Amino acid sequence: MELSGSQMVIEALRKENVSVVFGYPGGAIMNVYDEVYKQNHFKHILTRHEQAAIHAADGYARATGEVGVAFVTSGPGFTNAVTGLATAYMDSIPLVVISGQVPISMIGTDAFQEIDAVGISRPCVKHNYLVKDAKDLSRILKEAFYIARSGRPGPVHVDIPKDVTAQIAHFSYPSEIKMQTYKPTYKGNPRQIKKAIEAIAAAKRPVLYIGGGAINSNAAEEVREFAKICGIPAVETLMARGVMGDANPLLLGMLGMHGCYCANMAMSEADLMIAFGPRFDDRVTGKLSEFAKHAKIIHVDIDPSSIGKIVPIDYPIVGDLKNVVEAMIPLAKEQIQADKYKPWRELLKRYNEIHPLRYEDSNDVIKPQWAIERVGELLGDKAVICTDVGQHQMWAAQFYPFSYPRQWLSSGGLGTMGYGLPAAMGAKVALPNKTVINFTGDGSILMNIQELMTAVENKIAVINIILNNQFLGMVRQWQTFFYNKRYSSTDLSVQPDFVKLVESFGGRGFRVKTKAEFDQALNDAMQSGCVCMIDVQVDRFENVLPMVPAGGTLYNMMLEYKE
Amino acid sequence: MDAIRRVLSVIVLNEDGVLSRISGLFAGRGYNIDSLTVAPIPKTNLSRLTIVTSGSTAVLEQIVKQLHKLIPTYKVIESGEFVEKELALVKIPLSEDFNGLDAMLKAYNGTIASSSEESIVLMVADDYNRIDSFLKAVKKYNPTDIVRSGSVAMDL
Ligand SMILES: Cc1ncc(C[n+]2csc(CCOP(=O)(O)OP(=O)(O)O)c2C)c(N)n1
Repeated sequence: MELSGSQMVIEALRKENVSVVFGYPGGAIMNVYDEVYKQNHFKHILTRHEQAAIHAADGYARATGEVGVAFVTSGPGFTNAVTGLATAYMDSIPLVVISGQVPISMIGTDAFQEIDAVGISRPCVKHNYLVKDAKDLSRILKEAFYIARSGRPGPVHVDIPKDVTAQIAHFSYPSEIKMQTYKPTYKGNPRQIKKAIEAIAAAKRPVLYIGGGAINSNAAEEVREFAKICGIPAVETLMARGVMGDANPLLLGMLGMHGCYCANMAMSEADLMIAFGPRFDDRVTGKLSEFAKHAKIIHVDIDPSSIGKIVPIDYPIVGDLKNVVEAMIPLAKEQIQADKYKPWRELLKRYNEIHPLRYEDSNDVIKPQWAIERVGELLGDKAVICTDVGQHQMWAAQFYPFSYPRQWLSSGGLGTMGYGLPAAMGAKVALPNKTVINFTGDGSILMNIQELMTAVENKIAVINIILNNQFLGMVRQWQTFFYNKRYSSTDLSVQPDFVKLVESFGGRGFRVKTKAEFDQALNDAMQSGCVCMIDVQVDRFENVLPMVPAGGTLYNMMLEYKE
Repeated sequence: MDAIRRVLSVIVLNEDGVLSRISGLFAGRGYNIDSLTVAPIPKTNLSRLTIVTSGSTAVLEQIVKQLHKLIPTYKVIESGEFVEKELALVKIPLSEDFNGLDAMLKAYNGTIASSSEESIVLMVADDYNRIDSFLKAVKKYNPTDIVRSGSVAMDL
């Protein structure tokens, strides 16, 4: 089939069953947009900023496990997209992002809207391509989708010069992929698996340390079964919320900087850590020399470079988590007695009773934690929860009752403020029958506020709940704790009227000061069928606790803050 | 921890940008490059890079894994026996007293690669510490220019 480069892009997306693309046009990618206009295989959603297009594709990908797709133009279009790429890269989210580029003959001349896009994206994508000839395009796009979704997933960037989008060439989309150099390992080494099971059988105080890999690998069911067979208590990273389900008695909670006491104590006192797809982030480990000091470590990860990167591993297993845990389950059934760990489970239960996750509720002012718990009570598993970055994000991770994987979408590795609204839009487009909530802050929401327009235009009814503390709250908290309350550039008491703001875009706004108003607003927002913003005035000086100060030790948490 | 010197032979797809992926990886993650050479492997679509690096055992392990992780990487050869050779060119003014130079060149299997009205250029190919000692020895002829190629290596 003879096609233009632009037509090839459309054809390739059709072959990949892409149903929605988020993007923003411009000179270098106009040929592609002309073909977008002529086709009806996928819906194109015009965001109002390129960063939001990437986050929306990312939210779509996190909510479904499928590859998210976005288009941007060259130069500023591409540079605006970089934060989105980096966000997806840090959290291993599969994306294919296609950018326009100036014509090949003009590359290197500092042409209008020329920027070395592949040079910029290289360190923040899994792989990238600059397409020099349309005859390579079918292979490159096939590879791009394959690389994005296989192995450890990640964003792939394809930069296409304008003349290549016009060039006519032969197109035949490969049905199979064969790459000489890229072959991820899916199956774990049986000998290593056997050794790992023996180590578990010999342990007295094992703990499951579950990371985002469990979501990416769609391994929640297997992980739950494995935990149950073995009777091993589990902790989840921020990225893994929802894997075990919060009703699961084996789940201790989230670990790390704002993890719960019993989860961090479990890590500190364990004699064996079974790491299922985490990456030992510094926000999780605290001071490395004290991290899980008594534990031997089993680490299962599809990315060999993740194993041993931060801490030495006693039992490394390279493979897809789902695959590996499936192989572990029959061995565990034979060799592991769940009863054996009962004293250990009881001890951890006591830890949780001594220092549970808690906050002091109030009758005068809404506590941010209350708002999150309340949404949890009212919506529970009916809602997909997105967040921005800051205190509200940590409270959502701590206090929302998650019950399944992909219910929780949050920028973990990069911690990108401005992620929430566009990601929530992506999730809502993917799952129109779900309620999609974005817990956000009065700081973060303004970072992609223009997306209210996209949501109104496309009838994407996401509900933004601003936990409005009139501060860059998380930074303010650090200033309170570590900078003697010098609130340098964190006071946001000068702020827009959020209700008028959202209404000026054509959405619905609610201002909430009491618990009764909160319930009413949430109910009205659910009924409204359009994008909503609930501006909740919360206690300005609430802190996220407990806390392991950066570089501190997990077993030495700050449990309360005393003036 | 003492830095260990390590020679890596990396086989990659010979495609646009592959060198910048590798140099970017080293720069971005703060790894050392002591030398790096690259050339296509005849009759293939591959290139071979010889990278001399150094670091702790843990860092070296990460370097190898991160190199593997790059999509165009075909193979990273890190262990086992290598023949490792480096080439050095040394320019010496003709005004110098060449007493003993012949014997020295012989000892290092060196040759005179070129000569002009003002200077001669010596060429020596040997392993890197022999090159080091040759360059030390040749100092007494007051070289005006020295160029080292960086190591190339072949696994046995
Ligand atoms: C793009 C970006 N800039 C800066 C930061 C640093 N930062 C982390 S949390 C935070 C405060 C966020 O404030 P807000 O959105 O109001 O949420 P709160 O902490 O008050 O809940 C800041 C500035 C960041 N994470 N992302």
